[in-house]
Amino acid sequence: MQPITVENIIKTYRTKKTTVDALKGISFAVNKGEIFGLIGPDGAGKTSLFRILTTLLIADSGHATVDGYDVIKDYKQIRHRVGYMPGKFSLYQDLSVQENLEFFATIFNTSIEENYDLVKEIYQQIEPFKTRKAGQLSGGMKQKLALCCALIHKPSVLFLDEPTTGVDAVSRKEFWEMLHRLKLQGITILVSTPYMDEASLCDRVALIQKGEILSVNTPKGITTEFKKPLWAVKANEMFPLMTQIKQNELVESCYPFGQYHHVVFKTQENIKETLEAIAKKGNYTNFEVQAIEPNIEDCFMALMKE
Amino acid sequence: MITELKNRAKKNHSPLGVGGKQFFIFVKKEWLHIWRDRRTLFILIWMPIVQILLYGFALTNEVKNSNLAIFDQSKDEATALISHQIAASRYFNLVKNVYSYQEIEATFKKGKIRLAVVFPKGFRYDLLHTNHAQIQLIADASDPNTANMLTNYAKAIINDYQQSINQNEKLPYTINTQLRMLYNPELKGAYNFVPGVMALVLMLVCAMMTSISIVREKEMGTMEVILVSPLKPFRIIIAKTIPYLLVSMLNIASILLLSVYALDVPISGSLLLLIAESILFTITSLSVGILISNTAKTQQTAQFTSVMSLFLPTLMFSGFLFPVENMPVPLQIISNIVPAKWYYIIVKSVMIKGLGFSAVWKETMILVVMTLILLGISIKNFKIRLG
Repeated sequence: MQPITVENIIKTYRTKKTTVDALKGISFAVNKGEIFGLIGPDGAGKTSLFRILTTLLIADSGHATVDGYDVIKDYKQIRHRVGYMPGKFSLYQDLSVQENLEFFATIFNTSIEENYDLVKEIYQQIEPFKTRKAGQLSGGMKQKLALCCALIHKPSVLFLDEPTTGVDAVSRKEFWEMLHRLKLQGITILVSTPYMDEASLCDRVALIQKGEILSVNTPKGITTEFKKPLWAVKANEMFPLMTQIKQNELVESCYPFGQYHHVVFKTQENIKETLEAIAKKGNYTNFEVQAIEPNIEDCFMALMKE
Repeated sequence: MITELKNRAKKNHSPLGVGGKQFFIFVKKEWLHIWRDRRTLFILIWMPIVQILLYGFALTNEVKNSNLAIFDQSKDEATALISHQIAASRYFNLVKNVYSYQEIEATFKKGKIRLAVVFPKGFRYDLLHTNHAQIQLIADASDPNTANMLTNYAKAIINDYQQSINQNEKLPYTINTQLRMLYNPELKGAYNFVPGVMALVLMLVCAMMTSISIVREKEMGTMEVILVSPLKPFRIIIAKTIPYLLVSMLNIASILLLSVYALDVPISGSLLLLIAESILFTITSLSVGILISNTAKTQQTAQFTSVMSLFLPTLMFSGFLFPVENMPVPLQIISNIVPAKWYYIIVKSVMIKGLGFSAVWKETMILVVMTLILLGISIKNFKIRLG
């Protein structure tokens, strides 16, 4: 039995003026004990999907199960056994760290002591502030506390909606380390993120865009699906460089990526020569060029084009 | 093994059971919200006290120490006595004796007096020989309510005098004015205001605060988290209302203490009955609050809806400021669906008139039925998912 199955889920939001197709027939399944990443930009439909799976929303059509239970019919069972951390910080800001944890432990019929082992490593980091009000914690601390509260009843499936959004780089790294330790305890984790670089930290990912899944694979599998040659170029005059590269007929696409432009070619031959010719013609200074391996974001850009 | 068993025993033998423990921590959490929001708590506790004091002393529509002039053309024993009684009452303050109608008019124009009493010539003679005498009361009717009230006060004093002289007579002297004021012979405003303020405060504290506190959970996103938990929606609702029930009890106590000791409004009936009826009305108000929270999406909406749908109707239709009997029939019909109206009647009957349960059972039943309907609707409509 797979802990999460999603079959052809459709969700449309209707207001008087507009209709928004949030999810346009999504299907995937998550295996037991894996970290499954839902990667996509804001507005892709990630939160809607989380709410459907945590029984907070009802899909227009389609079928989904969590831990073998139907998300509509058996919502009560699901609410007993999952952990959910919404995208927005949703703990009681006027209660202290300890009071929040105690509250969530009790409403799930357990106590902090009973499952302390599970949250110990995370909780130890926020324990020095246990009398502080949750509203006065830093962003990273808030997320750690929220994770503790979602974990305290030892859920079998954990839903984390953008847990690292707005968190600094160090805390983000720590947060992912925690998720890997939880995975070792046999907890299945569905996590969403808008950050492409976090995709490689998941066991499998689904790339989602405008309510549709572009691809479901391991991070490695997704990058190996990318067959076309990819090159990175750099010069002092970045903007005219991009315009000129885009005009070349061998080039499929060119987009900025950090300090470089990433260029995707239609053919395998004469790539370096073509790029160097463009550089010479435009008199670009400090011109650099190299072939690179595609990362998830390159794959995402390519999949979006299709 | 043994410790495990012990632990299990400990877990299952909580005196309240598993559900009870959940319920208790929810009430505790709710209480912490109220306790830590000191400013709101301060308002909740002081609002009724300030309102009682305001309505009792400052906003009273009683007229005290109104300036008065007397034009006595008779100057006999009877007029002297009546003049003295009027001047000595706490409603009037004799500023001058005048000697002509022109002088009365001039004094009115200067705004120095609100009422003038005119005794005709031969007042006592007329009274003794024809058994019939007249007194003219001239009031400044630019404020008709005050004028009306002042003439009523004066009439009451004159009536008293007439009764006192009639006591020993076989052939009674004519009593022209008939004014009978049941339960509140002195027309004290506080008798009206105390029940009104009780209804107002309970409605406001219970309905507005519960609706705001439920909507706050939606707004902050915490509702999303507690919905994805084994907590039953019914328990969430009840747990949210309990702390406000306690605050309301505190308010009832402070209002009653103030009315007895500061406003001299005694509790004529059974205190126990009064408290029981107040708890009933509190529960009615709490269910109205839950109902509002079902539809409101933001705290502002909840607050606005509470004020518009509760505060104003309570003020208008409970009969506390404006007598319902004087309203057009459609409004009288509307007033029947305002719970505060029935509570106001109950409090007046029990507290002021000193009547027992047999006199208010109908109103009580109406409140009970209203509460059950409101609670039923609001629990049925409580959203177990996100709207």
